[in-house]
Amino acid sequence: MEITRTELKRCEIVKANGRIDSYTAPNLEEILNSVTSNGKYKIVLDMSEVDFMSSKGWWVLIETQKTCKKYNRGELVLVGIQDRIRESLVLVGMGSYFKIYEDLTTAVGSF
Amino acid sequence: MATEIFPGRFESIPKIRDFIVNAAVNAGLNEPDLYAVELAVDEACSNIIEHAYGGEGIGDIQCTCKVSDNDLTIILKDYGRPFEPESVPEPNFNAPLEKLKPGGAGLYLMRKMMDEVQFEFTPEDGNILVMVKRIDK
Repeated sequence: MEITRTELKRCEIVKANGRIDSYTAPNLEEILNSVTSNGKYKIVLDMSEVDFMSSKGWWVLIETQKTCKKYNRGELVLVGIQDRIRESLVLVGMGSYFKIYEDLTTAVGSF
Repeated sequence: MATEIFPGRFESIPKIRDFIVNAAVNAGLNEPDLYAVELAVDEACSNIIEHAYGGEGIGDIQCTCKVSDNDLTIILKDYGRPFEPESVPEPNFNAPLEKLKPGGAGLYLMRKMMDEVQFEFTPEDGNILVMVKRIDK
């Protein structure tokens, strides 16, 4: 898994690719923690090139969402989730905690 | 039938997945079912490392794949603490965000992804997890 960060005026884009599994989820956690500890709480996670996500990954996003939404200072939104991942997200019931966008422009525009 | 033993560490998970996906592809699983098996195996191994062994590098995970005409059976064995699935609460995803606590989602996903999920414990053989996926042809 590789992760890149792009800082925009209105939000920060974090793009991951490959597999977010129980082995790699801590890397994602580290990056997202460094974004929020820099005082950035408006985050777009681009998942268009993520092809696997285990519950470990979802918990990382849940914890980041808690941090972002505290004091209404921001939000973590998701973009470009592949079908299989979206199905398992809905199945496990975590889907309601995230806004999901189809394309990056709309996701960035939501802030 | 193929069996391999992997160290109970998170870095083993991609290798365990490759071992099982190889068997699943040979068994003729379609792409959505392949994803389901990968997810169930990831969750199962993660639970073994974290809950049965209570950490990395404590013990091994023995993986066996059996293919028949109609299904793929995956057997994962460990020698950690006895696992009692009934003691794991189902995750409550109706709770407000700030009240959510990690746990339970892995087991829940395993049950949703596979056609059969059974746990057994004996003092001699440790924890034996048997997961079955039917093959859609």
